[in-house]
Amino acid sequence: MSSTIANPASSAGAVETESDIQIAARRARRRRTALVWLGRLLVPVIIIGGWQWFTSAGIVDKFFFGQPTGVYHALVDLFTKGTAFGSIWLNLWITIKEALYGFLLGTGAGIVFGLLLGQNRFLAEVFGPYIKIANSIPRIILGSIFVVAFGLGTFPKVLLAAVLVFFIVFFNAFQGVREVDQNLVANVKVLGASPLQVARHVTIPSALTWIIASLHTAFGFSIIGALVAEVLGAQHGIGLIIVQAQGQFDMDTVFAAMLIMAVVTLVAESFLALLEKRVLSWRPPSRSEAQAI
Amino acid sequence: MAERSSRRLAAAPAADDVSADAARIEISGLTKRFLTPKGEPFTAIRDVTFTVEPGQFCAIVGPTGCGKSTTLGQVSGLERPSAGTVKVGGREVQGITRGVSFMFQADALFPWKTVLGNVVIGPTLTGTPRKDAIALARDWLRRVGLAGFEDRYPHQLSGGMRKRVAMAAALINQPKILLMDEPFGALDVQTKAIMQTELLGLWEQLRPSVLFITHDLDEAVALADRVFIMTSSPGSIKHSFDIDLPRPRGEVQEIRHEPRFLELQNQIWASLKDEVERAYAQTAGAA
Repeated sequence: MSSTIANPASSAGAVETESDIQIAARRARRRRTALVWLGRLLVPVIIIGGWQWFTSAGIVDKFFFGQPTGVYHALVDLFTKGTAFGSIWLNLWITIKEALYGFLLGTGAGIVFGLLLGQNRFLAEVFGPYIKIANSIPRIILGSIFVVAFGLGTFPKVLLAAVLVFFIVFFNAFQGVREVDQNLVANVKVLGASPLQVARHVTIPSALTWIIASLHTAFGFSIIGALVAEVLGAQHGIGLIIVQAQGQFDMDTVFAAMLIMAVVTLVAESFLALLEKRVLSWRPPSRSEAQAI
Repeated sequence: MAERSSRRLAAAPAADDVSADAARIEISGLTKRFLTPKGEPFTAIRDVTFTVEPGQFCAIVGPTGCGKSTTLGQVSGLERPSAGTVKVGGREVQGITRGVSFMFQADALFPWKTVLGNVVIGPTLTGTPRKDAIALARDWLRRVGLAGFEDRYPHQLSGGMRKRVAMAAALINQPKILLMDEPFGALDVQTKAIMQTELLGLWEQLRPSVLFITHDLDEAVALADRVFIMTSSPGSIKHSFDIDLPRPRGEVQEIRHEPRFLELQNQIWASLKDEVERAYAQTAGAA
């Protein structure tokens, strides 16, 4: 009664029921999703379309900057005609193998050293400054040394990728150990846990959150490491294709190789996301929007 | 009066046998000094002396920063005293004391383990076979009223439920000594009262010696057999009061209205008030 007085405009038929609200909310959400996807589609259309238009209109020189259709043809050529160094699949497999071995090696070493130094104050203080120094040098230059020292094979690439990955994983593992809830440690210690049990039940699972988070960045860096080492000197691999194409001023092929590696990284990312979901299933649903991206 | 009483037990002692002596905590002349980050020595507690009889429920009440938690750290063996001794069951504490459980104000639960996983950790660490440990953990979860929540994760529980998990995890190994550092400090008033009543119920079944730290005087009087008042920093034992409220005490909320409760509470507050004011003046002066 009072509501009709307060709001005389509303007739009896306009009273909102719960299902009305629900339907309206669903409609609003659907509209939002549609808008987001429309925006997502527009971004590549504008960028790639603009690129194509500017280069074909002659405003931008396609000799230097390539052209989307050219990139497409380069891609087709790579997959149908292959390269001077064997089929694209062979080269791709070699690069992936190098990146993967480097990733595994660097991650393993990073985790071991991170956990060790994170738990041992003395070691951390002794090695601390040297790790900072090692981290501040441009490690990518090590690629030159590795290629000269270890030849044109797989090993120097793996090594460079591993060095890049190591520091990322190491710092995260180290920080993860440092962030362990000291109450938890005290709790299991009082319950009679040995140092090994403390590590197994508290330190490692706790640091795992940090380590897993670092793997996304780390994998990207392992690809970079493998590619750069290939550019510096190789007999096979995507990096070699790129440096060869650069020498022939064939920008379309450079872009095509870039695209192929982006797809590889995306696939690896999705595997890592799966791993993250599995290992960190205990975590509350994403706390920030950033995690959703 | 109850003040400065002899070592007479306030409550009837638990089943009197030799092993019960293992649960006696004797602290004498305990002093703990730290180095501040600036490198200056800081005395947290000075010359603390008291005894917790086997099966006794003792509460330590004192102003903030008086070294209550430090005292607990020495009993558990997580920290070493600078001077004085802590004896548990007649033997001096060196390294981690066996048969002790700790409950903190923070939950100290493994966020990555399920409720069951959190409780099962106690027997697992002592080497109990997996199957038995799980059966035991299920039983304890039932006892604290969490049957059916075994597969939840801590973040899916309310504060009171997390406290129950922590309680089951602390009691599952049937400790002879239970150290509690403001365990209910972060709970709302109603939940706190419920948890206190449950703690008393479980304590009466197991009868471990309890050293319970709190700044809540009502909580101390309602739960404990004996209440120690600590001075402001550096902490030492100022007075001890025997709480002769009959056991079992039942509902904690109801005891609070009994005349004897109020009488004891008034007496103890008179002793505590000076220390709280002094501690406040210290921190205000420092700020």
